[in-house]
Amino acid sequence: MAVPRYWREIPARYNLIGKKCTVCGRVYFPPRPICPVCRRKSAGKMVDYKLKGTGTVVSYTVIHSPPPHFEGEEPYVMALIKMDEGPHLIGEIVDCEEDEIKIGMRVKATFRRIMDDGEKGAIYYGYKFVKE
Amino acid sequence: MREVAVIGVGMTKFGEIWDKSFRDLVAEAGMKAIMDAGIEGKDIDAMYIGGMSSGGFVEQEHVAPLAIEVAGLEEFHIPATRVEGACASGGIAVRHGYMAVASGMHDIVIVGGAEKMTDVAGTEATNVLASAADREWEAFFGMTFPGLYALMARYHMHKYGTTPEQLASVAVKNHYNGSMNPNAQYKRRITVDDVLASPMVADPLHLLDCSPITDGAAAIVLAPVDIAKEYTDKIVRFRASAQASDTISLFNRSRFDALPVTIHAGERAFKQAGLTPKDIDLVEVHDCFTIAEIMAIEDLGFFKKGEGGKATEEGLTALDGELPVNTSGGLKSKGHPVGATGVAQVIEITLQLRGEAGERQVKDARIGMTHNVGGSGGTAVVNILEAI
Amino acid sequence: MVSIVGYGAYVPRYRIKVEEIAKIWGDKPESISGGLGIFEKSVPSIDEDTATIAVEAARRAIESSGIDASEIGAIYVGSESHPYAVKPTSTIVAEAVGATPYLTAADYEFACKAGTAGLQNCIGLVKANMIKYGMAIGADVAQAAPGDALEYTAAAGGAAYIVGKEGGIAEINYTTSFATDTPDFWRREGQPYPKHGERFTGEPAYYKHITNAAKMLMEKMGTRPEDYDYAVFHQPNGKFPVRVAKMLGFKKEQYEQGLLCPIIGNTYSGSMLVGLAATLDIAKPGDRIIAVSFGSGAGSDAFDITVMEGIEDYPRRNLREMISRKKYVDYGTYMKFKGELK
Repeated sequence: MAVPRYWREIPARYNLIGKKCTVCGRVYFPPRPICPVCRRKSAGKMVDYKLKGTGTVVSYTVIHSPPPHFEGEEPYVMALIKMDEGPHLIGEIVDCEEDEIKIGMRVKATFRRIMDDGEKGAIYYGYKFVKE
Repeated sequence: MREVAVIGVGMTKFGEIWDKSFRDLVAEAGMKAIMDAGIEGKDIDAMYIGGMSSGGFVEQEHVAPLAIEVAGLEEFHIPATRVEGACASGGIAVRHGYMAVASGMHDIVIVGGAEKMTDVAGTEATNVLASAADREWEAFFGMTFPGLYALMARYHMHKYGTTPEQLASVAVKNHYNGSMNPNAQYKRRITVDDVLASPMVADPLHLLDCSPITDGAAAIVLAPVDIAKEYTDKIVRFRASAQASDTISLFNRSRFDALPVTIHAGERAFKQAGLTPKDIDLVEVHDCFTIAEIMAIEDLGFFKKGEGGKATEEGLTALDGELPVNTSGGLKSKGHPVGATGVAQVIEITLQLRGEAGERQVKDARIGMTHNVGGSGGTAVVNILEAI
Repeated sequence: MVSIVGYGAYVPRYRIKVEEIAKIWGDKPESISGGLGIFEKSVPSIDEDTATIAVEAARRAIESSGIDASEIGAIYVGSESHPYAVKPTSTIVAEAVGATPYLTAADYEFACKAGTAGLQNCIGLVKANMIKYGMAIGADVAQAAPGDALEYTAAAGGAAYIVGKEGGIAEINYTTSFATDTPDFWRREGQPYPKHGERFTGEPAYYKHITNAAKMLMEKMGTRPEDYDYAVFHQPNGKFPVRVAKMLGFKKEQYEQGLLCPIIGNTYSGSMLVGLAATLDIAKPGDRIIAVSFGSGAGSDAFDITVMEGIEDYPRRNLREMISRKKYVDYGTYMKFKGELK
């Protein structure tokens, strides 16, 4: 991947900066250009909004067959997380034993290495989650 | 709108077809469908081909003219179009063919679907398939396709008490059905214990909860019912062809215990056909994972939400059950060459409605349904077919 | 006056015991622990590196200090395991803490004292009124060749310090440095593991530089060892800092709180700064601390610090408690986490 594709997402990936619709007050993460509730009324009214980084596990899985960039890291836990501001997202849960993880568990964001473009390529960082 | 009939079907064997290329598969399925319909190349007015990622799997895009070329149809210069909707690519191609004929734009249309998935390594195939999910916000973080369905599986299990055994019973049933399908990738009958003992792919989904990586192609020929009568006595017509969309991402869905996209496509199809779930004799659903079949039979209205697992375990969806589901073996056992799947589902229903399904024939089958899903539920196509 | 306005430390959750490593190489664990004064060391998880550790430490420092990250005018990250050979760790940290874009940022390298070199630069910039706040971080995921004696100590961790003129928790009274060209330990460009001069790393390197920097500091301040409540030294193992403390005339009760190497190993650029964090965690207003780093190659930076009233209201996190929440890994998992399995 060429770095611009990663670089432009840095605010969201590092700091969980999403969007808030100033018409209805709903928060979106990852950022959405248009509020699906207010639609045209939201045009130009979606402002940056930083999530606190805390949320609750809605569901989770343990990946045993990873995609190429994650080979050698398995098994790892991926979760569907409902952030406290409302939006759901997909993120890895780290530093936590498989049998500790439960639906409803509280988690908070941490900063980790997500993947790299091989030994010579750029390193991509972003959010993962740990037990709160 | 004109009534549309399926007048010819053809498919390759599904499986790891090492000795055949993407283009070999396309040519074989297309030729079989044309022969089955009893038409000639010059009769064809348009072609649609569904494929998820020929670019990702064989580094070849622009496959519609490729299909025309391998079929030797270039002298007619007919419109040829490739459509893409991840694993629903075949279903969407069918629907486009249906619309072209129903609208009166074209008379005889050939619809194909193909995927050649074993020309890349397994992990690379996993990566290509993950592009049916949200690449930047799901796959980027290490999420896989089985992983997304595993999230739904665990959620369903948590909410409704669906068990690993109930998930496994989907695979057991579909392998049993597939054992009677000469075109199926896996003809081995398996047990619940086999499924539970197979390696974990994405907890709680085991290897045998997942559809395989498959090469294959399928094709059908469509014509207005009036014209169909010139070619065949066993007319199978469309009662409905519906499609719906939702978010590509799983996390932005309104619910996680169902595929809203299936609910909407299903409701539209029943409305168009003027039918209810009770009228359906058999259905081919999109069982890319065992949990997907359980959710599908609930979301299409055949069973109450949360009871799909129990219904499967009790045999209600078996070949001799009250609603045979995936008589072909489904994606699980027949195989899942993603772009071909939606077309192959129509082939199975057509064979069943014609009474040509051999050992796995459902008695007195008159109305059948197909259900094809793209991604983790961003796209769904539901067709209802009827023997007349 | 320049003071520490915030600090934060981070040590990964995983540990490997000396016995586990000794088992692989046929060493006697008790002789290793006896000789090096170390029982276990921290291990970075597979997705942790100097940048992630630096970010975690920096975020803790900023959060606890309550300052606005955009007021940080300088960020320096000292490490000998920057994830990139060329491309700064400091900009990753600056972005991840929300300090971009109006700041100066750079990476430092001076073996294990790169973090304190950054701290001295921040002090200078603040003193010169060029910036309001400066943040210096020492962090490492230390490398050691499998089977090398370093494998028992090379650990992961880091600490971040924010300095400024307002709202401090500990005043930095003075800082001195002592540096010579002493090649006791090095890693050539492109090489995965460092080489070292074995016993040469002791007398002419570690002891000489630390004692000189410390003596110079005490001379300048007119202090004696007994004037300090705490003393923190660079900790390449559990023995060196104890011995250097004795050489300088410090007692166990002065250095034991900051001595973390026996339970987390040598966090290299993080080493002294992590020990100082554990010390600040329990210090009271008025307490005086001497802290001396050492970097091979070689040099030492010494700091004379007086804890201020502000520490009472500072939300301290208790690093030693964080360190106690750990999980042991076996040698195979350690190799996997370190990316040694190709």
